[in-house]
Amino acid sequence: MTLSMTSRLSPAHAVIALLIAAFLLIFLVVPVITVMYVAFTNSDGSLTLAHFFSFFQLTLMRESFYNSLYVGGMSVLISSIISLPLAYFTMRFQFRGSVLIQTLGVLPLIMPPFVGAAAMQLLFGRSGSVNLILNEYLGFGIPFMEGLNGVIFVEALHYFPFILLNLTVALANIDSAMEESAQNLGASGFRLFRRIVFPLAMPGYLAGAALVFLKVFDDVGTPLVLNVTNILAAQAYFRITSIGIDDPIGYVASVIMVIASLVALWGSTWIMRGKDYATLQRGGSSLAKRKLKPWQAVIAYGWIVLVLIVVLSPHLGILLLSLSKVWSYSIVPDVYTLDNYVTVFRDSSGMMANTLLYCGIAAGLDVVIGTAIAYLILRTKLPGRQWLDFAASAAIAIPGVVLAIGYLRTFRDFQLPFTNEPFTAFWLIIAIAYTVRRLPYALRSCMAALQQMHVSLEEAAENLGANKNRTIYRVVVPLMAGGILAGFVTSFLTAAVELSATIMLVTAQSDAPMSYGIYLYMQSIAGRGPGAALGVIAVVLVGLGTYFSNRMIRNRAAGHAAQMLKTGA
Amino acid sequence: MEQPAVTGPKVRVDIRNVNLAFGATQVLRDISLTVEPGEFFALLGPSGCGKSTLLRLIAGFNQAQSGTVTIDGADITSIPPWRRDIGMVFQNYALWPHMTVAQNVAFGLEERKLPRADIARRTAAALELVGLADYGSRRPNQLSGGQQQRVAVARTIAIEPKVLLLDEPLSNLDAKLRVHMRTELLALQRKLGITTIFVTHDQEEALSISDRVAVLDGGAIQQVGTPMDLFDRPHNRFIASFVGTINLLRGTAQKSAGGVTFESPLIGKVSLATDNPLSGAAEIAFRPHTLSLAAPDSVGATDRIWVTGNIAHREFLGEFVRYRIDAQGTDIVADQPHFGGNVEFVPGSQVRVGISPAQVRLLPA
Repeated sequence: MTLSMTSRLSPAHAVIALLIAAFLLIFLVVPVITVMYVAFTNSDGSLTLAHFFSFFQLTLMRESFYNSLYVGGMSVLISSIISLPLAYFTMRFQFRGSVLIQTLGVLPLIMPPFVGAAAMQLLFGRSGSVNLILNEYLGFGIPFMEGLNGVIFVEALHYFPFILLNLTVALANIDSAMEESAQNLGASGFRLFRRIVFPLAMPGYLAGAALVFLKVFDDVGTPLVLNVTNILAAQAYFRITSIGIDDPIGYVASVIMVIASLVALWGSTWIMRGKDYATLQRGGSSLAKRKLKPWQAVIAYGWIVLVLIVVLSPHLGILLLSLSKVWSYSIVPDVYTLDNYVTVFRDSSGMMANTLLYCGIAAGLDVVIGTAIAYLILRTKLPGRQWLDFAASAAIAIPGVVLAIGYLRTFRDFQLPFTNEPFTAFWLIIAIAYTVRRLPYALRSCMAALQQMHVSLEEAAENLGANKNRTIYRVVVPLMAGGILAGFVTSFLTAAVELSATIMLVTAQSDAPMSYGIYLYMQSIAGRGPGAALGVIAVVLVGLGTYFSNRMIRNRAAGHAAQMLKTGA
Repeated sequence: MEQPAVTGPKVRVDIRNVNLAFGATQVLRDISLTVEPGEFFALLGPSGCGKSTLLRLIAGFNQAQSGTVTIDGADITSIPPWRRDIGMVFQNYALWPHMTVAQNVAFGLEERKLPRADIARRTAAALELVGLADYGSRRPNQLSGGQQQRVAVARTIAIEPKVLLLDEPLSNLDAKLRVHMRTELLALQRKLGITTIFVTHDQEEALSISDRVAVLDGGAIQQVGTPMDLFDRPHNRFIASFVGTINLLRGTAQKSAGGVTFESPLIGKVSLATDNPLSGAAEIAFRPHTLSLAAPDSVGATDRIWVTGNIAHREFLGEFVRYRIDAQGTDIVADQPHFGGNVEFVPGSQVRVGISPAQVRLLPA
């Protein structure tokens, strides 16, 4: 049935669309284009590829380029090795504690990798706990944290949940009849997985893999904490902050990062082009979970326990570090103290307040813009509305460092009225960067909420006498509330641990948010204790926020979901 | 308890020369239709025929490229849905999950800014009318499908609409409940007297409760008439085969005194009385239950045309047995009433089929 709402063009819609378009233009499109422009032009404005040539003539830059690709690719690989068994075993076999494993699997997401990196050095480094034990009993060590290994190891441990979550959803959405008919025709075990299950779950896997790649490519904090500087994000950061805003090499690095991100995103959709794998059939019985044979159970549980221990080690490490006075060359800290927390609360309460302020503004703007775009796209016929979605979503492919460089360059001559302060030094620019960077998350959340709401729910309201605005107020927003809240929380929490743009945009200590504070502390050995304490506080806050918002959303949505699905049938 | 009453007189709905396209797809073609005041009117057709689009056009959710919709002479074509006073019950009920049953029913009254006391009174009355007086504080998802449907109806009639639109209101219910609810809907409509238009793809549903039916196909109206009209006097082969089961036989027609002479290889020449004399390629249509079957050696009644064939297939349907007969290459379906122990024909056996000319309808090919 064709569901076309009354398609009168409303001036209010056009005004809202123009406002959003202006915001995206000023704070996303123009800065990114500025970066590209600088990378491709001479000082007199003529087009050139000279900067790219000089970029690739520098050994350090060539090395950084390869290293970034290598780290991104290896992180995806390691993440896949961690995620595939976790997802498959828990979704397809009778498994004790499946829920626990799925929940624990999400835990790494609430701690940004640069926070855990220092602790991982202490646990897995050359003279870290694990290698101390290995040397003691077996006489050899494993170079987990040597150079790029460390970055890959930490990134994979933190970002594998993107693959795990997407894969889990994909596995849950496979119509059970697909697998049952394969079994009925004689496929089982690994062949069943390889020929039926994995291909059907492929879109989910690729979406997750692309995200991991983007995240790793974007991350500047982890390599810096681990003292790895020969990767692109770090080089872009150094070039601009130490050599200057006019150095073209930093812009070339930025352009290459954007291109690599776009290729990763485009590649993941290109592989799946024309393959519509929406296999979920409503009302189908769920697949009976299979029983593991004893030897399989041993292997499966063994692997999962090992993964969980490693996955939780940054959290444990950071906790130990925050409670330690001295911790070096020993398996666990020698002396315990609460001093670090005292220090942090004395010195850094301003940073916590800043985080609340910036992330509150960013998340608030994100859900307002997200809801508006979702409504314009799904419920109006406004010409060009798809471009809003496209532009807002494109932010995901723009690394934080690049966006920040764009801001610094674009707004460098722009002064605030009255105070004559440069705009680039104003704290609001950090909040705006967060808004733009987290908009894709909030937007997807709002889109999903509106998408699963059957249009007849709104038509019924209009039919009973409510005009468009009344319908939005009484039906659309209340029913989207769960999705809007989820979008707010995701934006807020992920912004709270954002470092890539923050690191470039913080100009005064007093304007710094928590993530920057953690990074600063981690720079020095003496600061690691307080840094870890601040990290623990951030993780606890983010964790609690996630937990309570999930509960709230679930309670609120549980009742609605059933009805909305029924209505949408 | 007070019941919602239709305040104004019953209204007439007039649809004139409506054309509607979604992009390049023409969905409604020059539709003209009049629904009489107080009538229970059905729009019947296969899926994709445009019947739902037409209903949504009356409600204001679709815009026609040309044509008008008037209610008692007043043109409502350019009035937005929320000012039309036309109640619609949606196929999926569209009950708002974030509101209780009572809040759902009160919604339209609140939007009309009625006094609080009136809203409470009319909400209670509407729920009472559909037999859900005690369910006001429940959530829609705590109700069964049938109850949800009643809430949807209560919510719509609470605003005392001029016209009631029902979009496949029974399609989400199981078979038994469907039969029960359709009688209930009809009783309610008769009690309130609202002009009601009702969309369905189920011909039995349409025939059993409507005053009149419009059959749509390919975005155009094929025939409008009472259920009996449609069944007994279909205008074309689409109506004939869509409403009930029918046998069609191709041949040629020749106008003759008092009617038409139809000729086909199977039945030879036969004179038919018809209100629609035509010449050239034609088809005759006859219903399975009007046929007689007889053993090959029996002597059949002389007022029937007899053809011989073989029983290809037999379905036992309880009240009757349906035979599929291969009559020299032509498929004929014949229904014979079933009584305990009567003679049944066995697949493979020869049989004579008696067609009654009085029950044959001539159609243009």
